[in-house]
Amino acid sequence: MTTTIDARSSWPLIVIAAVLVVLFVPFSSTVMGVRYTYTLRTVAIGGALLGAVSGAIGSFAVLRKESLLGDALSHAALPGVAVAFLVAGRELGALLVGAGLTSLLGVAAIRVMTGYTRIKEDAAMGIVLTGWFAAGIMGLTYIQGRPDASQAGLDSFIFGQAASIVRSDVFLLAAVSTVAIVLLITFWKQFKLITFNAEFAGANGFNVTLWSALLSTLVVVAIVMGLQLAGVVLMVGMLIAPGVAARQWTTKLEAMVPLAAIIGAAAGGIGAVLSAVDRNLPTGPMIIVTASAIVAISVLFAPQRGVVWVVLTRWRDARRFAMRTVLRDVYHYVHDHSASVAGVPDSFIAGVRGRPGRRALNRLLARRMLRKTIDADTGTRWNLTETGQRVASEDARNQSLWDMYREAGLRLDLPVIAEQRDRDIRALLPPQAIDALTDLLGDKEGEPRVRY
Amino acid sequence: MAHQGEHNRMTDNNGGGGNAALLALEIEDLTVAYHSKPAIWDVDLTVPQGVLMALVGPNGAGKSTLIKAVLGLIPRAAGSVSVFGKPYERARDLVGYVPQRGSVDWDFPTTVLDVVTMGLYGGLGLLKRPGKRERELAMYALEQVSLQDFAGRQISQLSGGQQQRTFLARALVQDARLYLMDEPFAAVDAVTERAIVTILKELQHRQRTVVVVHHDLQTVTDYFDWTTLLNVEIVASGPTDTTFTEENLRKTYGGSIATVNAIAGGDS
Repeated sequence: MTTTIDARSSWPLIVIAAVLVVLFVPFSSTVMGVRYTYTLRTVAIGGALLGAVSGAIGSFAVLRKESLLGDALSHAALPGVAVAFLVAGRELGALLVGAGLTSLLGVAAIRVMTGYTRIKEDAAMGIVLTGWFAAGIMGLTYIQGRPDASQAGLDSFIFGQAASIVRSDVFLLAAVSTVAIVLLITFWKQFKLITFNAEFAGANGFNVTLWSALLSTLVVVAIVMGLQLAGVVLMVGMLIAPGVAARQWTTKLEAMVPLAAIIGAAAGGIGAVLSAVDRNLPTGPMIIVTASAIVAISVLFAPQRGVVWVVLTRWRDARRFAMRTVLRDVYHYVHDHSASVAGVPDSFIAGVRGRPGRRALNRLLARRMLRKTIDADTGTRWNLTETGQRVASEDARNQSLWDMYREAGLRLDLPVIAEQRDRDIRALLPPQAIDALTDLLGDKEGEPRVRY
Repeated sequence: MAHQGEHNRMTDNNGGGGNAALLALEIEDLTVAYHSKPAIWDVDLTVPQGVLMALVGPNGAGKSTLIKAVLGLIPRAAGSVSVFGKPYERARDLVGYVPQRGSVDWDFPTTVLDVVTMGLYGGLGLLKRPGKRERELAMYALEQVSLQDFAGRQISQLSGGQQQRTFLARALVQDARLYLMDEPFAAVDAVTERAIVTILKELQHRQRTVVVVHHDLQTVTDYFDWTTLLNVEIVASGPTDTTFTEENLRKTYGGSIATVNAIAGGDS
């Protein structure tokens, strides 16, 4: 039984997450003995910025089911690096522009393939991902074969090279991130609507192609900025992981995106700091591992959507319904056989309901709803206690009212409500409606329905 | 029939405005092709103002395609669409759209009220955000579909019927003059179906024009005063009394005469 609850406010959670991230700084320097050198500060701030912006943008990719598109696009950036190097030499700006251009070309190729042919999106993405990436590897290998020292380290774009980040890179990252976030906030309603229901957006005059293209461009911008730090292979983790984790904890887009930004910043910053604990730990992969760890925690422990919650709820529901069912069994049995029996034989419940039934009997005994009598002649028998009698007859009456509502609700023109038989109908319908149903019920009130 | 009478009354009311003013929707020579096959072919269709119209036809007849082509959601190979005498592109705000319920991911992180508010996004312009006024209008629309108690609920927790009513509220909040609804009765229970019919009749009562893609032939005469039979081409269109006939149904559905007979038999 899923509980019906209103969307929660997620702001306390977001604040707590933000505070935890900030507290990590003194924790790491005092407990873990991390020294915040100039390089580490630069890399950590860069990682946090990158994580925040790609987490926010990536949330939309997650909701649009375009996670794999992000992967294809980041791989598609690699040939751009090679071509830009051949054209303009080792100039970071040029390399990033080249990366962005081939990545956008990748988006275009995927859109053309899926829009004009019957090729499915996953196949189109697979082809672009491998085709563009292979071209990039070829280009880089060719460049490395040339007698030219300036190409050294160009292959760091594959897996990222955090140490190469300098302060000016962080300023650039901050500027671009600000622009991206401002765009995201300004055109929030457009992005939200095309993500939830593109057809409806189109029918309401929104240019879906344009807004989708802008969103894809923002994804490409995030990828390009992440190339130095995470590299083309791992960048998709930066995009997707924060959104996936944030979705577990929140129920509104307005909360999910900020939380994803914080989780991304946490992964980027904390990952960078953790990799500084030992000089042999690579930064980019450490950031992605940190992000994945946050995803793992969220998938396991988030309320309502987490694995632990789901498993516990199932187990609790099974127990609750078994108890109810067995209580009904006893009530009906006693009713049918009137006072002529000294209770329900143990073997009857066990025979009808099996092991879960026997467990339910013992739980009802512990809750003082059933009484157990053991007699040498008649064997073990079960009877309702006063509490059990009250609960069971209440339940029977409630079910009878629900039956009557289903049967006569339309005829009597009662308010239309969804049938939730595990709930008290008197809490869901106005008193007059209950009176009308009770009148109809007449003498049959609370009479058990036979259903063994 | 009562609905037919209502329709006549309304056309009379508007009679002075010239013939073009009577038409809520006018489609001329509309053709849509998928991979060289026509999904709808050379469709001419006029829908008078104030009718409640069923768009009926077999699977693959192009019912949804027709609606989407009218809305400009899929490219038209040929043809033009006017709404209340103006080209659709200039009269877009007069048209409300209820897409198929299955066309969205109901696990999207948002609330019922939020979804209904989305109906007003189109009127807000490029930069304005929905505010208190929009939420109030959305709340009012939710009351019209009896979902006011569900306003704050996550949409993932709605039943199919509640999802459909949420979509209806999102269209109602737009206060459009012509509504295009893609299978609002698909997979809803009898209670929800009755609730939706009430909403549709109420719309008609307020002189709105409603076009509904419909599958259940048994209920066409009960619910709709206007019927269009479509199978790639228009087979027949007009008042349900004269259009929804055994012969027209046979022309639309072809060989499956047993079904058609059953409907016709059930009708009389």
